[in-house]
Amino acid sequence: MNLDRNTLLRYGSLTGLAIFYLSVVGMVEAFNGRDIIKDLYQFGEIDLLTLGQIMVLLPAAIGGYMIANRLKDEHGNGTALVSGLITGAIAAIPVLILVWLGSTFPNIRNMFVGINRDLMEVLTLGYSLTEAPMTGAIILGLIIAAVAFDGALVAILPDMWRKSVINAMVWTLGIGVMSELLDQILNTFRGYDWIEKDTIKTILQSGSIKPGFAAFIFVVAFLWPIVMPYIRKPLNERYQASSTGAQTTVNYIGYALLILLLLSLPWLVGRFLSDVLVTISLYVLMGLGLNIAVGMAGLLDLGYLTNFAVGAYVTGILVSTGPQGIAANGGPAFFNLWWLIPIALLSAMLTGFVFALPVLRMRGDYLAIATLGFGEIIAKLALSDALKPYIGGAQGILFVPKPSFFGIELGDPERLYYVGLAACLFMLYVTTRLQNSRTGRQWGAIREDEDVAAAMGIDTTRTKVIAFTLSAAAGGLAGAIFATKVGTVFPNSFTVIVSINVLSLIIVGGMGSIPGIVVGAAALVGLPEILREFAEFRFLIYGALLVVMMLTRPEGLWPSEARRRELRGDDDEDNIASEATAVPAD
Amino acid sequence: MGRGFLKRLNWVDAILYGLRIVIILAVIYGAYNTLSAGKYTADQWLGLVMSGLAQGSIYALIALGYTLVYGILLMINFAHGEIFMAGAFTAVFAAEALAKAGWLETPVKATISILMLVLLASTVSMLLAILLERVAYRPLRGAPRLVPLITAIGASFFLQYTFKGFYGSGFKSYPLVPMLQGGIPIGQFSIPKVQVVVIVLAIVLMAGLYFLVEKTKIGKAMRAVSENKEVARLMGINIDRVIVFTFMVGGALAGAAGVINGLYRPQGVNFFMGFFPGIKAFTAAVLGGIGSVPGALIGGLLLGVFESIGPNLVLDGLGITGANQLKDVIAFSLLVLVLIFRPQGIVGEKLAEKKA
Repeated sequence: MNLDRNTLLRYGSLTGLAIFYLSVVGMVEAFNGRDIIKDLYQFGEIDLLTLGQIMVLLPAAIGGYMIANRLKDEHGNGTALVSGLITGAIAAIPVLILVWLGSTFPNIRNMFVGINRDLMEVLTLGYSLTEAPMTGAIILGLIIAAVAFDGALVAILPDMWRKSVINAMVWTLGIGVMSELLDQILNTFRGYDWIEKDTIKTILQSGSIKPGFAAFIFVVAFLWPIVMPYIRKPLNERYQASSTGAQTTVNYIGYALLILLLLSLPWLVGRFLSDVLVTISLYVLMGLGLNIAVGMAGLLDLGYLTNFAVGAYVTGILVSTGPQGIAANGGPAFFNLWWLIPIALLSAMLTGFVFALPVLRMRGDYLAIATLGFGEIIAKLALSDALKPYIGGAQGILFVPKPSFFGIELGDPERLYYVGLAACLFMLYVTTRLQNSRTGRQWGAIREDEDVAAAMGIDTTRTKVIAFTLSAAAGGLAGAIFATKVGTVFPNSFTVIVSINVLSLIIVGGMGSIPGIVVGAAALVGLPEILREFAEFRFLIYGALLVVMMLTRPEGLWPSEARRRELRGDDDEDNIASEATAVPAD
Repeated sequence: MGRGFLKRLNWVDAILYGLRIVIILAVIYGAYNTLSAGKYTADQWLGLVMSGLAQGSIYALIALGYTLVYGILLMINFAHGEIFMAGAFTAVFAAEALAKAGWLETPVKATISILMLVLLASTVSMLLAILLERVAYRPLRGAPRLVPLITAIGASFFLQYTFKGFYGSGFKSYPLVPMLQGGIPIGQFSIPKVQVVVIVLAIVLMAGLYFLVEKTKIGKAMRAVSENKEVARLMGINIDRVIVFTFMVGGALAGAAGVINGLYRPQGVNFFMGFFPGIKAFTAAVLGGIGSVPGALIGGLLLGVFESIGPNLVLDGLGITGANQLKDVIAFSLLVLVLIFRPQGIVGEKLAEKKA
């Protein structure tokens, strides 16, 4: 048996530091309140299994898996397993140190607020309550080592089984984390008498899943990758074999079902989740907008909040019944979406146009910083007394009524969702059409190399101005919907955080990739809304995601092909071929 | 196409010239109004200028970190403000402990304490800067330009919220040092002691850095790397070491700036405290000419003074209410205007062209 000490130390210490970091930064403690599987097992004072416990154990499993995966081919399975175990044992050391620190110097929490009694309770399996913290920590250390060993065990399984095990774990934990969401959906169904109260009780209990249901999910998700190919393959073959006309029909049926699902969504998921859906749709909208500047034209705009704020404030001024609204100042009362949306759109486009002019000559990072500066100027002006008579200063604009549409008031989130959906679909249509248009190609050219693009006769000034203006339009639209959703326009809603939020979601989803943006928005905006504990750490996670994505997958989770090749720099023959065939002959 | 292109180019140029003239006229008009109204005494102006210089020297210290890194890697280390925050936020706990132990009472003890705090904050910031370079920036050398910038933005937020998790989200404040209270009388005016100390400390640190860059071997290596990486490598310079050293120096100065800032403005120490000073320090670096060490000093001091007297001198005269809330607006407007009209800064070469 040939164990490489350096590799072991590296994996072990990184794994241990990950657990240490998650504990000290407060995540373990914050997430410990969320049960994943209720009453899975009682361990002394501790109930399994909470998300906080997973935060401690998951790094160990991943560490064990990774080292075993790396060593198994070269050194054999035995070495891989032992390495996994040792990695876990090394990873336990920082945890032991942390428990020792926390129990010996209780005052440490005056500085590190995360190292407190609750954390100690998790890390000592409740032994800190019985005055024997180190015993508990050592037991936890053994568990960490065992979990790392399990991780290694998964790594050496044959490919098919490994896929199944990982799939089963991810789905079980995923549904466990999302059980509150599931609970709400099921309760909405109960409202329609589609499901009995007792049925819900058998699978869910106070925001977590029951062990039996967890086992069910595990088995289904385990079998899924094994069974699926047998179902998918014949279907796929039949689809390929059928005529073009039939294929088109199948595609249309698919689209129709999708649209039907989108339309019925708010009535299936209930009020709270509809509200979340509206928020997601706003961010999808902004993501699509910012994507025009960042993803398509390569102009890193860090001041996207400007457009959002303009849309919201214009809406506020137009419809508010408060002192800042035009209705109170002798103007006509606009209550109609038909008027509201075009005006908000146009004013945002005008802002985008005006702010684009001075930055046209800048490139890359200077442009990014300049737009950041614009954003901050707008944010500070909105908050200041200087514009207070017009936009309300720190108090903002109050009394923004709900919009109405043909006499239907779009007050509740279930109805407002349709406005968001319509705006998203409209923007989706515009961006997909733009992508392969003449202008879209010109954006691609200036993104790749501005000098060459200019030399090829592309009017870079015009092209960039169009990118900024259209990009701003989506922001303004989102702002208008946001103002009517919240019912007030507060300057505190418009901070650099908004810009970073939108930027994160298009980068995580994949710059220039439209499905990526929808996925990114759902994950980055939807998740923290549903899991409230995440909200506290959302920017920590966004920041980490931005760094990790740039280091490992700069093209995003769901990349567009061109972008992937460009950022990876690898000229994969197949991709170039498929790209070439995908180009329409225009 | 070509003719149309030129035509439109001129049209944008015309707007930018117009903007330039409007801004200059507005500044002159505002200043004229304020001065002719005689609202403020000479004493008040001096006070504003001095506090601007003190704040500006802190900006200058942070700006050095941007300038050094930009000079060598041509990247904006957006997370540099957070490195400043890390030092300041960590040292505030030590400062509280020292105050409790009575180590800030007598001038001798207070001097030792302040030096120790500076050392502590510098060490923390330096270590963080090294870690940041190693983990986030080194793997991205040679990547497309926007990739390191996005990484740096991510790192910035990651660090902010990491320290929020570590030290909590509440505000802390540095204890007051009795030795630094009160003013130094100069003729009929009186200048607060703390401002003088802040300016002197900053200038000493910057003189040290200037000596380091201009006179030492490693400084020569830094200049060589910033001139041409490939040639420097051929001359036997270990580029990685020089880059790490650059981050170390920038981080140490930012940490020191954190404590000095704590002396000058004791309140408001929290996880977000580095963000705006970071952007403003970047403004200072660009204003002075990014890549240049004396430029950072000039830019920092100018920015500090503009920001300090701007609201009273210009905005007041233009009849804007609540002018003092708009300090940041002045700083950011300056940032944008410098980037538009003079990206090479006051003393800098045309770096923006070179790297574009």
